[in-house]
Amino acid sequence: MVKVALSRIAAARSGDKGEGSNVGVIARSPAAYSFIKEHLTEAVVQQHMLAVNPGGVQRFCADNLMALNFLLDNSLGGGGSASLKTDAQGKTHGLALLRLELEVPEEVLEATPKP
Amino acid sequence: MSAKEKVLIANGQGFWGDSILGPIRLIREGPIDYLTLDYLAEVTLSIMQKLRARDPKKGYATDFVAMVDRMLPDIMEKNVRIVANAGGVNPRACVDALMEVAKKHGIRGLKIAVVEGDDILGDLDALMKSGEEFKNMDSDVPLAGVRDRVSSANVYLGAFPIAEALDLGAQIVLTGRGTDPGLVLGPLIHEFAWGLKDYDLLAAGTIAGHIVECGAQCTGGNYTDWRKVPDLATVGYPIIEARPDGTFAVTKHEGTGGLVNCETVSHQLVYEMGDPANYLTPDCIADFTSLQMEQAGDNRVEISGIKGMPPTEFFKVSMSYGDGWKSTGQLTISGPDALEKAKLASEIVWKRLAYDGFEYSEDERLVEFVGANVCHDGIAIPNAGEPSEVVLRMGVKGPDRQKVNRFGAELVPLVTSGPPGVTGFAGGRPKATEIIGFWPALMKKDQIKTEVTLFES
Repeated sequence: MVKVALSRIAAARSGDKGEGSNVGVIARSPAAYSFIKEHLTEAVVQQHMLAVNPGGVQRFCADNLMALNFLLDNSLGGGGSASLKTDAQGKTHGLALLRLELEVPEEVLEATPKP
Repeated sequence: MSAKEKVLIANGQGFWGDSILGPIRLIREGPIDYLTLDYLAEVTLSIMQKLRARDPKKGYATDFVAMVDRMLPDIMEKNVRIVANAGGVNPRACVDALMEVAKKHGIRGLKIAVVEGDDILGDLDALMKSGEEFKNMDSDVPLAGVRDRVSSANVYLGAFPIAEALDLGAQIVLTGRGTDPGLVLGPLIHEFAWGLKDYDLLAAGTIAGHIVECGAQCTGGNYTDWRKVPDLATVGYPIIEARPDGTFAVTKHEGTGGLVNCETVSHQLVYEMGDPANYLTPDCIADFTSLQMEQAGDNRVEISGIKGMPPTEFFKVSMSYGDGWKSTGQLTISGPDALEKAKLASEIVWKRLAYDGFEYSEDERLVEFVGANVCHDGIAIPNAGEPSEVVLRMGVKGPDRQKVNRFGAELVPLVTSGPPGVTGFAGGRPKATEIIGFWPALMKKDQIKTEVTLFES
């Protein structure tokens, strides 16, 4: 096992979704997708993003895209025009999630091209 | 009209405020059959309603008219057909402005169609009397409590009225609120004669529209691996090369900057996504988990296999209402000890306001130290170190306009009565601005009548 940032094995994009945001996480290889599908759970994402999102997290899978989609339901400080936050639209939440550090098996890293 | 084997549909405007160079370069630098443009954000229609209330000739996207003014001779010469939601809440005034532009360029016979029926602000009370509650989709609360503060109400219309406008021969189709993917789906329905029940095809056109609806976000913009993207300065806006069977390629003009590959397209596929297997539109439910994607050459991705399902019996309604006031302001604080001084400065502001009788609850105020991890709050940043300067950004909000305004008067005094090294106060005192609340709801489709009207210069 090697400790790496999620960005080593996945990419992401985020944006606003009502009063919360969505973070789409796209694996960089089939091996990386299997790994994040098992280990990047709602609970893990909720814990990592807690200060940004004091609300719940819901996850959807799109196997064909090797992607996981997370809905953070209270991440915008009131959302849209009511938010006082700099990132009122959650544009940076994807990069925030990619900072998550994970213990990843070496064979997954070998099967996954570097960014 | 004989059906074509393929049609090229571009998007040159991803949101209200996008660069005018998107559409200009799409028209100039290669072949396209259709140019789609999105000018409406959720709060835009509320602003447009206010502009129209003051002046009956306003309430549409003036940026669109400026773009047409620059490009009309090329648009006519290349026979590019344009579909834009630039009509806002006053599409007929937009037609008048475009006809003036056509006259200026000496162009006769320009056909412009408008799609109307989305604006239900004037019918709200009648609709509520007939039983529509317009319950907020997030909170389940009926609209009645904020009815007197509603400033805009628009239905997200589907793509079929756009196809109808193109069937009439329009060079330019102007809509108000509609779905963003519908701007692309409409021309596909028109060109390939897709039917109301061709759900797989309608879903394919919807996903094609979703991929391009944010402009350069599928051609290398806002992409995680940004170092791999060549020349974002000349980024090519996206083009869909669509076929009658619902398969399509995503590409961009040759010679432009940016990058189209499975990764950049995937980034956009997941953008603003909820449940990927159930993407709801008025025309169909699209299943994003059904699509197959393949790199098919430089800057070219092929997409196939898309499945769709019948739509629901509801339209989504987008309403906006006055939801109080807010004010934000910022100052720059240099080092040494930038963060410590910024924290002190923020406490000074709250104490002075409290002395004068103005206290703001935790929910009504915010302090940010920009430069010291605001965006990724609570997430450890390796080797972050002490910032050499920070931007102190503060804000308040609430229902009382005067109380919100009072805040701004205590920020700038920090320059002379706070710690040393406070600067960057250009722009003066922050003022209260109205918060435009967003109220999403559903209503029965059969309550809405859409109308398509053709005008000719």
